Amino acid sequence: MTINAAFKGNLGDFTLDAAFEILAKGVAGLFGPSGGGKTTILRCIAGLERFSGNLSVNGEVWQDDAAKLFRKPHQRAVGYVFQEASLFPHLSVRRNLLFGAERGNKTGAGETFKLDDLVDLLGLSALMDRAPAALSGGERQRVAMGRALMSSPRLLLLDEPLSALDRQTKEELFPYLEDLHEALSIPSLYVSHDMSELERLADTLVLIDKGRVIASGPLHDLQADPALPLMSAPEAAVALTGRTNEIDKTYGLVTLAVNGGTLIVPSRQARLGEERRLSIKASDVSFTRAAPQETSILNCLPVKILSANVQERDPTHVNIVAALGENGEGARIVGRITRKSQEKLGLTEGANAYAQIKSIALAP
Amino acid sequence: MSEFAELWPPVRLTLLLASVTTVFLMIVGTPLAWWLARSRNGWKEAVAAVVALPLVLPPTVLGFYLLIALGPNGPGGAVAGLFGGRSLAFTFEGLVIGSVIYSLPFVVQPLRNAFESFGERPLEAAATLRASPWDAFWSVAVPLARPGFITGAVLGFAHTVGEFGVVLMIGGNIPGETKVISVAIYDYVETLQWGHAHALTIGMLIFSFAVIFTTMLVNRRFARVTP
Repeated sequence: MTINAAFKGNLGDFTLDAAFEILAKGVAGLFGPSGGGKTTILRCIAGLERFSGNLSVNGEVWQDDAAKLFRKPHQRAVGYVFQEASLFPHLSVRRNLLFGAERGNKTGAGETFKLDDLVDLLGLSALMDRAPAALSGGERQRVAMGRALMSSPRLLLLDEPLSALDRQTKEELFPYLEDLHEALSIPSLYVSHDMSELERLADTLVLIDKGRVIASGPLHDLQADPALPLMSAPEAAVALTGRTNEIDKTYGLVTLAVNGGTLIVPSRQARLGEERRLSIKASDVSFTRAAPQETSILNCLPVKILSANVQERDPTHVNIVAALGENGEGARIVGRITRKSQEKLGLTEGANAYAQIKSIALAP
Repeated sequence: MSEFAELWPPVRLTLLLASVTTVFLMIVGTPLAWWLARSRNGWKEAVAAVVALPLVLPPTVLGFYLLIALGPNGPGGAVAGLFGGRSLAFTFEGLVIGSVIYSLPFVVQPLRNAFESFGERPLEAAATLRASPWDAFWSVAVPLARPGFITGAVLGFAHTVGEFGVVLMIGGNIPGETKVISVAIYDYVETLQWGHAHALTIGMLIFSFAVIFTTMLVNRRFARVTP
């Protein structure tokens, strides 16, 4: 699905001037600092906010100022999950879920879900006859997701659905989001100011700041682009997808094949051939010129240095982008080392080295 | 009790007037309160002030203007002419019109507060779930504003039952046509029929208490059900 959007306008002293095209397959993350206009863009796509501009979703024109066309929110086949669940307090969970189903099917939009399937997927069966007031924050947000999906949307819009929840509830909710991502083919736009959420969920990314789109593309490409602000964030990381090649039950390790190498990662559960999302933090990557021997670190891979840039906020450190494989044909990773080490080892563009990866986060 | 039989016509008339007025109050007050709660029009507070005028205006002032408007030379007279009448003043229909205007703030204010209390969000959620504005109004806004509807209807009804000045100005004192309880009480006192006056005033006292007490109970119940 392609989303073509251009919005322009002012809201108080906030100026929005965003134009982008995303090939929304899976989850596209809208990322940027708070107050940068992510939510406004999402609301424009849903038709809840009206700025001048154009919008077409999969070839269907939803807004075209030149043709004086603006589809009302209820005429757009979107599912919207708000930051606060915003369930209807006067309806039971079941009636909330069915609210959109009764109306959405009339517009004959996207994929139709069976109530029972979604109830299973979101673990709602025990909650069906309760009032929203009797639910916990995480439960409410799960109902809100189910309600949005039951309206058969072509496009799911999620506006920081986890940010109103505490850390523990967030962790509880994540598996549901990951299951949805895996089980459903519905394209989603996911707004967040928390990169760790998007690392686990997003396939593509749109970077937004001060009402403008800075960049958009596959998550991995943007994370490893030294020109973008993602890299200078303290928690900079790169997300990769690996296929489970080997399972070592003795030590509880799995071997994952990623583009340009293999990685060994601890994992409690695994299935051969399964695709896993993993994330490598820049601060967990160090470099050596010679192949390291007798080290406790499991993952030492030959790499080719693509770039070395002094960390913007902290000039004692350098961010190094390296591509896996001796010829640098594989996936890119990012490492953060001191400027002293970088100069001593001569880790400049084109140099060969070994990347030592101290730890890898694996999505469950 | 036969000597109190003459109390029944004013009571019956008052209940009929209050019921009919309440129906019209809801029909007129609901869209007005909705507009006041949702519109971004700069004039809406001016409109709200006009609606609230009966709260501060002496009933005789309101009654005077209504008398002119409903009289043979006013728009009311013109409407009456269509039905073969000469004037809407001193008629039951005229009383209904006057009562609706007089009691309007008592319906619009609680309704507006109720519509404002839940904000835009439930309506936005309904819109993203493909409910048209009309659909969302009935399926979301009205149920969420239920305490406001109850308070508004009860206050509008009770206030109409209790009105005196406006009725006297535009309705006069025609038995069975415009003589409502409050006017009847005044009459009985004037003619020193204290027993009849007592019977009606005690009835009004009990009625008023029951109305306010029930409204409070109902609103408390809803406050618990809907967070």
